Amino acid sequence: MRARELIGRGTRLCGHMIRSEPRLFAVSLGGACLVVGLSIGSAFVIGAVVADVVAPMLDRGRVDAGLLAVAAAALLGVSALKVLGIFSRRLGAVHLQQSLQARQRKQIVRKYLSLPPAWHRDNPTGALLSNASSDVDAAASPAGSLAYAIATVFLLAGALTALFAVDWTLGLVGVVVFPGLVTVFAAYSRLVAPRHRRSQAIRAQVTALAHESFDGALTVKVMGREEHQTARFAAQVGELRGTLVSIGRARAWHDPVIDALPQLGTVAVLIVGAWRCEQGALGLSELTTAAFLFALLDMPIRAIGWLLGALPRAVAGAERVDRVLVAPDAPPYGSAEVSGPAELRFARVGVRSLDDVSFRVAPGRVVAVVGQTGAGKSSVAAVAARLLPPESGAVLLGGVDVRELSAAAYARAVAYLPQVPFLFQDSVRANVTLDRPGLDDDAVWQALAVAQADGFVRALPDGLDTTVGERGAALSGGQRQRLALARALAGRPRLLVLDDATSAVDPVVEADILAGLRAAHGPAMLVVATRRPAIALADEVVYLEGGRVAATGTHQELMAGEPGYRELLAAYDRRVAA
Amino acid sequence: MTDGSMWDTLRRALRLSPELRRGLAVTLLLAVGMTAGRAAVPVAVQRAIDDGLRGPGGPDFGVVAAIGAAGLGVLAVSMLCGYAMMLRLFDVSETALAAVRVKVFRHIHELSVHHVAAQRRGALVARATSDVDQVTSFLQWNGVVLFICAGQTLVTGAVMFFYSWPLALVVLAVFAPVGWVVRACMRNLAAAYGTVRERSAEMLAMVSESVTGADVIRSYDVADRAVGRLDRAVDAHRHASQRASRLTVTAYSVGELATGVALAATAVLGVVLGVAGRLTVGEIAAFLFLVAQFALPAQVAGEMLNGLQNAVAGWRRVLDVLDLPPDVTEHAEAVELPPGPVPVSLRGVGFTYPGGAEPVLREVDLDIAAGSRVAVVGRTGAGKTTLAKLVARLADPSSGRILLAGVPVDRVRLSSLRERVILVPQEGFLFRGTLADNIRFGRPLDYDDVADVLRELGLLDWAARLPEGLDTVVGERGESLSVGERQFVALARAHAAGADLLILDEATSAVDPAAEVRLRTAMAQVAHGRTTITVAHRLATAREADEVIVIDGGRAVQRGHHDELVAVAGSAYAKLHEAWLAGERALA
Repeated sequence: MRARELIGRGTRLCGHMIRSEPRLFAVSLGGACLVVGLSIGSAFVIGAVVADVVAPMLDRGRVDAGLLAVAAAALLGVSALKVLGIFSRRLGAVHLQQSLQARQRKQIVRKYLSLPPAWHRDNPTGALLSNASSDVDAAASPAGSLAYAIATVFLLAGALTALFAVDWTLGLVGVVVFPGLVTVFAAYSRLVAPRHRRSQAIRAQVTALAHESFDGALTVKVMGREEHQTARFAAQVGELRGTLVSIGRARAWHDPVIDALPQLGTVAVLIVGAWRCEQGALGLSELTTAAFLFALLDMPIRAIGWLLGALPRAVAGAERVDRVLVAPDAPPYGSAEVSGPAELRFARVGVRSLDDVSFRVAPGRVVAVVGQTGAGKSSVAAVAARLLPPESGAVLLGGVDVRELSAAAYARAVAYLPQVPFLFQDSVRANVTLDRPGLDDDAVWQALAVAQADGFVRALPDGLDTTVGERGAALSGGQRQRLALARALAGRPRLLVLDDATSAVDPVVEADILAGLRAAHGPAMLVVATRRPAIALADEVVYLEGGRVAATGTHQELMAGEPGYRELLAAYDRRVAA
Repeated sequence: MTDGSMWDTLRRALRLSPELRRGLAVTLLLAVGMTAGRAAVPVAVQRAIDDGLRGPGGPDFGVVAAIGAAGLGVLAVSMLCGYAMMLRLFDVSETALAAVRVKVFRHIHELSVHHVAAQRRGALVARATSDVDQVTSFLQWNGVVLFICAGQTLVTGAVMFFYSWPLALVVLAVFAPVGWVVRACMRNLAAAYGTVRERSAEMLAMVSESVTGADVIRSYDVADRAVGRLDRAVDAHRHASQRASRLTVTAYSVGELATGVALAATAVLGVVLGVAGRLTVGEIAAFLFLVAQFALPAQVAGEMLNGLQNAVAGWRRVLDVLDLPPDVTEHAEAVELPPGPVPVSLRGVGFTYPGGAEPVLREVDLDIAAGSRVAVVGRTGAGKTTLAKLVARLADPSSGRILLAGVPVDRVRLSSLRERVILVPQEGFLFRGTLADNIRFGRPLDYDDVADVLRELGLLDWAARLPEGLDTVVGERGESLSVGERQFVALARAHAAGADLLILDEATSAVDPAAEVRLRTAMAQVAHGRTTITVAHRLATAREADEVIVIDGGRAVQRGHHDELVAVAGSAYAKLHEAWLAGERALA
């Protein structure tokens, strides 16, 4: 990226910051102006103290206590005012930066929640986490020095004017030194911006690789692939190291030059000033003031350096955040309510793994979706749960296309239990209720009882208040599954979509859960099943083969008329019948 | 954080990364050269005023020009020193910390599966990424500034003493209480930044939840709730950060106020001393410059401290992970597993999870013949999975011994063990990439070999139906495939690796019964002499096994052939079988 383009984007980024928190920015800018103004003021005070207080007293060999007290008071007063300025500049800036970070984090997570499930599948979790953490931090980082830098720009003009007022030759020194800073930065940013963008990208890759490798730690270990994984990680870390060192190489010349420029200016002022003094055009006081001006502008000028130095990383971070923010949302839902009996109908539904699938689940009925592994059963469940939009055909609930139903109405009517349950790092109670209205502890216990989870929940140290750990890590797979089932039941949905929900529990618990569901009498159910106990729950079976509906009917009908179904179900039978 | 533990952490860190010491003397020398340049300007100002401007013959341009040229020379050398110093610093620190990242990554894979599962995944990832980033960013930003400041304080302090020791003492006296106040602030700051770090971890956990739980949040329409939890965590983090910043600014301001006092004292005392003939005007002016530079470290201390504490805390977390002993270590005299089929023996094996009160397994004695197919059954939580993990040496038993082909399992070289003994867990975890990549995860195979593996297992038709066949991208954790399909791939992956002892822990729980039977038959046919231990709670597998082992309450309570075990009325196996059969017979 060209320096001009970078500055253009950086300026827009900063402009956005100012617009979103104008009050905090004003506080910070006010303080910054005070600080920088006082830096210039104190140069004049010190120049005056040296030339008009110290030198005359030393020359006369006599202390004028009154005058000295005035000088001391002036120095103290400047310092006290400066503290005031520092407080408002720094607190304003830090609060600005933190509130921008907080706001953007809230914004990006809201965006995550409104993006379609397909988008989530395409983006690794590790990368999304780094978008919401280090990229957001990087994008807000210029806020810390923005006001200070702007104040510095305003007041550099003031300082230049002051220099010209002292003497035009000293003004010329300023004209050379101050723009020199900008030139140095422009060269630096041209060099470093692509490297920063690269380092942020590699960083995200490194995070994603570590995330995946630790997620699959068991698999890595049982296959003895630790060395192989480490080699992959080491290769990426090596790449990251190379990029970071190349950023360091650029900083190695940039930082010392930026640091030295004000000092070079001071020395230049001395030389030029001495020449003017010799000519009699300048006195000691003016020269001291000018020299001190450069020395004291050291810090504020660095603020410009900080801002400019933070820009490449900030722009790279902001681009990565924006990439998320501009991704198209999931298609909006309508606002219709579910009216009348909640019959679910698949009308010629097609998605990647399903083709022309039609069937219906009448109110209060249980329909099992049966088929070989890979036949498309889970896709049926995902489409029914509105997590996978049909590419062709439609899904109707109570006669209304589900795309027309509001999110709240659909969630009230339909509960979905995936194969791999997800629990929040929260209490058992909160995991069941999800703060949905009208769910008191009685309702929670009732749902837990049907899901066969009341026993183990009662045995937990804090009962309903026990926290279940990240993704429910404190519980076993079967316990997580039962808790997720209780959550689905607690909302008293009209349709329950179960995707092979009892695969992780033993046959005794499975039998109890199914008995509970049978006794619950309430909802219609769409049950993805591969085994008999779950199929036994169903009034009707939809048999899938290769993504198409091969047959629909009762179990007995399919056993009689559908060889594929019979073969699938009879796999265990050779000896069961005996 | 006490100073002691901070130094302790730094010492441990240096032991971990001896590279950081490499050429440290030269780097320090360059840093001294760089900071020496800081004194050039005040000295030049003093000499210019005293010798050039207030010289006996009036302002003398020649003298000032010479002084200025010397000053420029010193500045140029100091810039070069700075350049060389930073170059070395970046190279050394990035190289050293890249090595730390790799060490941490490798070490986390050494830790027990139990430990890794109990940790927040994000926290473990942070050990190898952002925690190390905090260290590098400190070394390269705050560390550099801290170093320059410290150097600057030393250099300016020395020059002050050179000009006038009484005045220098006065300046020191003014700053002494600042040091004390800053120290007091530091303690509060340490606590404040500690809170910031905790809140930051909580906040990231909430972000992570919103990403990984997106489907549940969507299908229950509880985005408001998720957003509420996130907002609270974000705001809590922000409030903690704001508190810490207020303390930092206070510490900074104390330094600034002290600078004002020191400047005033310098002016007053300087005049007194100057009138007494002990200081020149130029020296007093130089002193004023020096005071401003001397104070800088006190002013930035708060910020530097935050960086330092973050770095030390990050470093300590990294070191703490590295200090966790691996659960399973290789014996010094480890041997290869003898070639050929692998019999398994357990002798009085017991296991209690670290921190667990009750043993999960007690006194298990078993002999599994080489090449046999054994089913391990029992209720959920009976200890079946633990047994499987001990045989695969994912952990060592708390008591008793396990022998593979007559060799104690803890005497088998780990590389040999992992090559010959493979456990397939229930989860069917897949890595991002294609189907083929996942199948050749354990052993390099070409494309045709991958197809052969699938053909052997009767899975080629299934793979051919996927959108891109073997090149189908499986998504993060394999989530583009259904759970049953993931189990297909995990089985094919294990089968391709060609183990002599295969342990299947509920590895087919989500595949359809026909496929399950097909896979079992296929694996039995192609793997002559392979010992297979299958953990299952469905008894279809048990019926086909050479032998069934029933685990109940951590003990092996029954063993024998299915037909014998069913015959024992009222036994654990009979009860399991009854429940299973009832389910199967529920459909006429």
